[in-house]
Amino acid sequence: MHKSIEEINRKIRDGSVRVVTAEEMPLIVEELGDEGALKEVDVVTTGTFGAMCSSGAFVNFGHADPPIRMERVWLNDVEAYGGIAAVDAYIGATQQSTTLEDEYGGAHVIEDFISGKSVEMRAISRGTDCYPRRTITTELLLENLNEAIMCNPRNGYQRYNAASNSTDRTLHTYMGMLLPNCGNITYSGSGLLNPISNDPQFRMIGSGVPIFLGGATGMIVGQGTQHSPASGFGTLMVTGDMKAMSGEYIRAATMKGYGVTLYVGLGVPIPITDLDMVRRTAVRDEDIEVDIIDYGVPQRSRPTLGRVNYAELKSGYIEIGGEEIRTSSLSSFRRARQVAQELKLWIETGKMEMLLPARPIDPAKAAQPMRETVQGPRVLDIMDTRVISILETEEIATAAKKLLKGETNHLPVLDDGGRLVGIVTTYDISKAVVNPAKGSRVMDIMKRKVVTTVPDEAVDIAVQKLELHNISALPVVDQERRVIGMLTAMNLGKLFGGRWLK
Amino acid sequence: MKLIVTFSRKAGKKPIIAQVVRDTGILINVERAMIDSSEGEALIDIPDESCTLVKERLADLGASVRVLEAGIFLDESECVDCGACITVCPQEVFWFDDDWKLQMDESKCVLCGRCIEICPHRALSQTSES
Ligand code: SF4
Ligand code: SF4
Repeated sequence: MHKSIEEINRKIRDGSVRVVTAEEMPLIVEELGDEGALKEVDVVTTGTFGAMCSSGAFVNFGHADPPIRMERVWLNDVEAYGGIAAVDAYIGATQQSTTLEDEYGGAHVIEDFISGKSVEMRAISRGTDCYPRRTITTELLLENLNEAIMCNPRNGYQRYNAASNSTDRTLHTYMGMLLPNCGNITYSGSGLLNPISNDPQFRMIGSGVPIFLGGATGMIVGQGTQHSPASGFGTLMVTGDMKAMSGEYIRAATMKGYGVTLYVGLGVPIPITDLDMVRRTAVRDEDIEVDIIDYGVPQRSRPTLGRVNYAELKSGYIEIGGEEIRTSSLSSFRRARQVAQELKLWIETGKMEMLLPARPIDPAKAAQPMRETVQGPRVLDIMDTRVISILETEEIATAAKKLLKGETNHLPVLDDGGRLVGIVTTYDISKAVVNPAKGSRVMDIMKRKVVTTVPDEAVDIAVQKLELHNISALPVVDQERRVIGMLTAMNLGKLFGGRWLK
Repeated sequence: MKLIVTFSRKAGKKPIIAQVVRDTGILINVERAMIDSSEGEALIDIPDESCTLVKERLADLGASVRVLEAGIFLDESECVDCGACITVCPQEVFWFDDDWKLQMDESKCVLCGRCIEICPHRALSQTSES
C-alpha cells in the first residue's frame, strides 16, 4: 500500500487526517503492526528545542533620509554583519555585545525583537555620492523592519554526543558545566522526537518542506552546514519569518565560560506514505546512540568514555566502570514535546499541508575537518632544550647552587632512571632554607605533582596549562617521561615578533 | 533549620562547632564553610527543635549566629526546563517530574551558587535575606 501526498493533503483539507507525534508512534506501530499503522497514521510530527548556535536573521531597515550605506551596524551594541547591501544586515546569534560581553548577544537581540522590545540601531559609513550620510542612531521595533528573516545555517542536529570530563578541574563548555572526575554527564537533543532521526534517509525531509520554526511556519532550505549523516550527524538549514515567531520557542541563553547562544524550537512534519516511513518513524530512544566525549582532552578528536542511547541518558543515571554518574540535559524535552504537539494541531486544523522535497538532501555525506596549510606553533618549536635538572637523591644545597647560577628558576627532578618525578623552584629552596626540618634531600621538598607538556602539543594548549595552574614553566617530556626540554614564559616571547605571527 | 555561624579565628583555632556537638549531643550538619586565617563562616543544618539551644551555645563560644532566610528562587517565565542545573547541584535540589518539568526542593539548598552561575537562561537567583 502506498499513500500519496495528495491523498494526505485531501484528508488535511476535509479534517479527517490522523496526526501523531514521534513520541506516540512507536507504541502505535507496536499495537497495530506496520500495515495497520500505515492505514491509521498520515503524518508524524517531530520536535526539538535546544541550543543552536548557528542561527541568526537577515534584517532590512529601510532607507533613512538622507540615505546611508551602512558599513558597520550595531543592534543594542551587538555588531551585525553589514557587508551586504546598504540597509541589510545579518545578526548572528553568538555575536557578543561590545559593552555587556556574554551577558547579551545576537540571540538576545533576536529575542528582544520577537518579544516586542525596542532595539537601538547604530550604523556608520564613509559616505558616498549616492549615500551621503555617515552615521545614524535610531530605536526600532520588529514591526519597523521591512523584513526580519531568520535563516539558520545549521539547526536540528540529528543527535549530539554526550559530554563528561575526566580531569580534576571543573570545565565550562558549550555542553554546560562539567564536574571534575567524570562527576556528571550532559547531553542535548530530543532523541525519538528528533526530526532527522525519524527520516534518516531524507525521503520526506528536504528543500522546500514546511516546518515549525520558533512558533512560526518556516521552511527547510536544504542540508545544513557540517551536514554529516554518514556518521549519524545530519543537519538542516532552515528559514522562517521572525515577525510571526514566539518568545516561547526562541530563547537567548548564555553558556557560562562559552558565550551566547540561541535556543530554537524546530519541528518537521513527516508524511507517512509507505511502510518504510512507518518503520523509520517508529524509532525509539533506545535506537539512537551517541558517544560520551571526554571534554578534558583539548583536541579535535577527543577520546570517548563509552557509548549510550537516549533512553539511558534520559534515565538520569549512567553506569561507567561500575560507577553511577548522573546525567542531565541542556535541551528541553518538555518544549520539544510542545513543538511536536503544536505542529500536530496545525496540521489537524489545516494550517499546514504536506510537500515533498523540491530537492533532496544527500543522506550519505560526511563532513571533513579543516585543511590546515600552516600548522600552528608546537611546543617543540619554541621549547628550551638546554635542560638543567637534578636527581631526587641529591642534597638541597646542590639544587640551590644550580638555581643560584640564575639560568633557570625551575629544576625538574629525576629518579635514577632519568624519569621526571618532581619539580623544585627557587621559592621551594628558599622555603627549605628557612625551615630545614623537612629534610635535606631534594625529594623531601620537591613538588610531586608536575604539570607537563609534550613536544607536539599546540603552544596554545600549553599556554592554557600555564595560566590555569598559575605557573611559569612546563617540563616537556617524551613517552618515557624523560625531560627533553622546558617551556617557560620566556620562550613564549619567541612567538611575538617571531615567525609565527608574520 | 539552617544557621549561618560567623566566628573570629584571631583568638586561636577553637573547634567551636565540634564543641557544641559534644556539649549538647545535637548532630550538626556542616553544609558549607569558608574559613581563612582571620575569620570563618559556616552554614549549618540542625533539627528545628534544637535551634535555641544550639544558638545559645554557639553564642557562648563567641560566634555570631543568624537564621538563614535567603533561598534559591526560580523564575518560571525564564526557565525552559532544560535541566542544565540538575547535575551541577551538589545537594540534588532539582529533578524532572514525569512531564519533564523542573521541580525543586529548596529546603535542601545550601546556597553554593553553582546553579545561579550556570543557568543558561538566568532563571535562578538568590532571594535576598530580609
Ligand atoms: S538550568 Fe535554568 S532554565 Fe534550565 S532547567 Fe534549570 S532553572 Fe530552568
Ligand atoms: S545554590 Fe543551587 S546548586 Fe547550590 S545547593 Fe542551592 S540549588 Fe544546589
